[in-house]
Amino acid sequence: MYRFAVIVFPGSNCDHDCYHAVKHVLGEGCEFVWHEEEDLSGFDAVIVPGGFSYGDYLRTGAIASLSPVMKAVSDFASKGGPVIGICNGFQILVEAGLLPGALIRNSSLRFVCKWVDIRVERNDTPFTCNLEAGDVLRIPVAHGEGNYFTTEAGLKELKDESRVVFRYVTPGGEATDEANPNGSLDNRAGICNEGGNILGLMPHPERCAEEILGGEDGRLIFESLLSWLGSRQGRRERAEIHAMKADA
Amino acid sequence: MKEYRVKVEVKLKPVVLDPQGKSVLSALRNLGFGEVEDARIGKLIELTIKDGDSGNVEERVTEMCRKLLSNPVIENFDVKVEEKNV
Repeated sequence: MYRFAVIVFPGSNCDHDCYHAVKHVLGEGCEFVWHEEEDLSGFDAVIVPGGFSYGDYLRTGAIASLSPVMKAVSDFASKGGPVIGICNGFQILVEAGLLPGALIRNSSLRFVCKWVDIRVERNDTPFTCNLEAGDVLRIPVAHGEGNYFTTEAGLKELKDESRVVFRYVTPGGEATDEANPNGSLDNRAGICNEGGNILGLMPHPERCAEEILGGEDGRLIFESLLSWLGSRQGRRERAEIHAMKADA
Repeated sequence: MKEYRVKVEVKLKPVVLDPQGKSVLSALRNLGFGEVEDARIGKLIELTIKDGDSGNVEERVTEMCRKLLSNPVIENFDVKVEEKNV
């Protein structure tokens, strides 16, 4: 059984959904980790959940990105550990500098709460390894600041290194303006770091991991992560993470 | 010990779309203020700082802007330091 950490900030509100998805739907180990903790020893994966950490004061994710636990998340990620930031978690990861760019106000100025379709752009990440590039997943979004922005240089970098993991598309898989819920340039819904082990995405896979919630596509992302943890590469990274924790 | 009042203006970079500014612009025009060409919305942060005579208040506040008060990916900032008469 793997051990997942769900980071909890004041104002997180998807932490319990993530916990439920991991613990009860996937049947894996899961623990809440308060933002003042500085140690993520023994965990196999980290989830930075959605919500309104610190009431979105100053900028979404800005204050949370400076919490003590974020140093531990950064160390965990630098050793290859998989980290997934969902919605406000994504905003926190970009504010912390673990992912490039910024998330700004939706172009519509509205809080968008609906089901969207996202296309898998690459399947060589721990979060998409059970999927095929081109697969379309139906997953809900709920955010006011999901409009992904980056400088021209940043955009070029994202394109060159194919850091875009998910794009908003039509059910048929086309990236159109109509399919884009927030004005995100290039229809970007989820991006990863250079190593591919940190994913940030606006849609909520934890809200659609079982049929009773109206869809199960979110589970495919979590199951990919489990497959990756059990793969050769995943086992190697895990061994490394756990060994380095023991040294420290 | 000197006391300073510092005003930090944080504005979205010109290349960043400002939907709030756009809405305000259109509302102003609806009110009949057709002369308004553009509207952009930013933040004003006021800090009260007590400092010895180090003279580096501006430098410290600039550091605060880089680390927290602004996001360099999307925002520019401007710092104005005023010495307060205590």
